Amino acid sequence: MFIVPALIVLGLFVVYPAYYTVRLSFYDSDFFFKFTHWIGLSNFKELLTNDKDFLDLSTFPPQGALMNNLRWLIFYTGLSLLFGLGLAVLAVRVRYERTVKTAVFVPMAISATAVGVIWLLVYSPDIDQGVLNALIHGIWHGYNPISWVGRPSTVNYALIFAYVWASTGFVMVVLSAAIKGIPNEVIEAARVDGAGEWSIFRRIVLPMLSLPISIVTVWLLINVIKVFDIIYVMTDGGPGSSSRVIAYTMYNETFRNDRAGYGAAVAVIMLILLLPVMILNVVRFRSSRVIT
Amino acid sequence: MATAEHVVRVQTTTRSARVVGFITRSPLHLVLILVAVIWLVPTIGLAITSFRPESEIASSGWWYGLTHWDWTLQNYSSVLHGQHMERAFVNSLIITLPATLLPLTIGALAAYGFAWGNFPFRDTVFLFVVALMIVPIQTSLVPLLKLFRDNGHLNNGYWGIWLAHTAFGLPLAIFLLRNFFITLPKDLIEAARMDGASDFSIFRRVVVPLSVPALASFAIFQFLWVWNDLLMALIFVSDSNKQPMTVRVTTLLSAYGHQYGLLAAAAFLLMTVPLIVFFALQRYFVQGLLAGSVKS
Repeated sequence: MFIVPALIVLGLFVVYPAYYTVRLSFYDSDFFFKFTHWIGLSNFKELLTNDKDFLDLSTFPPQGALMNNLRWLIFYTGLSLLFGLGLAVLAVRVRYERTVKTAVFVPMAISATAVGVIWLLVYSPDIDQGVLNALIHGIWHGYNPISWVGRPSTVNYALIFAYVWASTGFVMVVLSAAIKGIPNEVIEAARVDGAGEWSIFRRIVLPMLSLPISIVTVWLLINVIKVFDIIYVMTDGGPGSSSRVIAYTMYNETFRNDRAGYGAAVAVIMLILLLPVMILNVVRFRSSRVIT
Repeated sequence: MATAEHVVRVQTTTRSARVVGFITRSPLHLVLILVAVIWLVPTIGLAITSFRPESEIASSGWWYGLTHWDWTLQNYSSVLHGQHMERAFVNSLIITLPATLLPLTIGALAAYGFAWGNFPFRDTVFLFVVALMIVPIQTSLVPLLKLFRDNGHLNNGYWGIWLAHTAFGLPLAIFLLRNFFITLPKDLIEAARMDGASDFSIFRRVVVPLSVPALASFAIFQFLWVWNDLLMALIFVSDSNKQPMTVRVTTLLSAYGHQYGLLAAAAFLLMTVPLIVFFALQRYFVQGLLAGSVKS
């Protein structure tokens, strides 16, 4: 049978491990990843109520890895959509469309590791290295250069913007393909009827983009939950623990602190957060009638 | 002569019309050019930095390098030879090629089964595979590492990372290729069956040759995915002589955090292969990405 090799690989390396991890999350475990000591839901309880690096509700605004993912959700998703949609709409109107689109799209090919190095250089607090601080300093001489990734108050936004820079190209390409699929007659007819550019965008273009927008939004949401590489490279969760996210916590607890059971609980939380996306995908796929 | 004059006049009017058009639309151009600059400057800065001597990088911004042409390949040679980047480049290839070909082959076979095979619960099993696309790698890291540790030969070589990437590339491969295979003309497959061709020879002689674009899209997506991956390589490649470029760059970053010449050269080397793939196979790359959007 043709599907047997695939099912063996998936069963052995995806399905069984997921079961193992869920089980491990109810145990206290260490470097050897064994089911040492059953502790029920203690790992989850500890994570959600007693681990200030993961979730700290005692301050305002709340802090911790989970809250940082929420920041990512709002700003990374929002800005990527805004820039991607804006570019898709504006670029079609000029003759150098391809050049602009290529410039924005190229970072998609680059690894998060390289994106991290690129943006560390941009954000450098030394005005003889970091172009961002140099630029601000050039305009305003009394300016004291800021270490964008070295301060708890700016680090998350600095990371988010670097990742927005890397992801916007994807949003733009998907939406721009969809815009080109809108029949010209529809827009011309509206124009003849005296509709302005803005109302054409709001009443015609935007509604016709609702499906592709929902597709890229889901893609961005998955990225938010899985984001790891760029944070590991640029800040290693710091300064302190201020830029940690869920995936970083999972890595840190499991492989640096040797708390495999605790890390497994974090992985299970990731899985739970991704479950709605999984269901959405299956439902969307079934209703698309590709299955005969 | 009259016609020539006419042509010239037409050109001048359209040109002035164009200038007027350009000015009235100047906010649009301004925004787009600004965006292009914001998107290009960080990468250009890295590229220029990688060609500047370390002493100058410390004393002046890379933008001075635009006018002061004392560029050098010193950073590249020290990162390639002194920092084992050469070895890491080869390692990246050793990891990436099998980790692309394995899921491509196994995935294409399974996709054929799901598209044209007949067995109970075919579509239910397929939906299950679609659901697996979203499973985060984090739920597999610990059990796989344990499995590879318990079977020492898997942990020492590249088998661990090959198998992990294969497993996590498979759902997308199956999903993409099955959806492509199912659009192939039914008559073609039926006719081959009538002629007594086995399923395997139909797959090899009919389905695969007709599906090159879809196979290429997945292969490119997976190739870049594996090449650019850091997390799995951190965990499954323990031997530092076998680590790929992504891991090597992060190691350099923690050791030489402020020697930007070295870091920039290393990061640029890491980017070369994806950039070549991107510019050479742009069409397939975009298709692969669009198709891969269901996975992230």
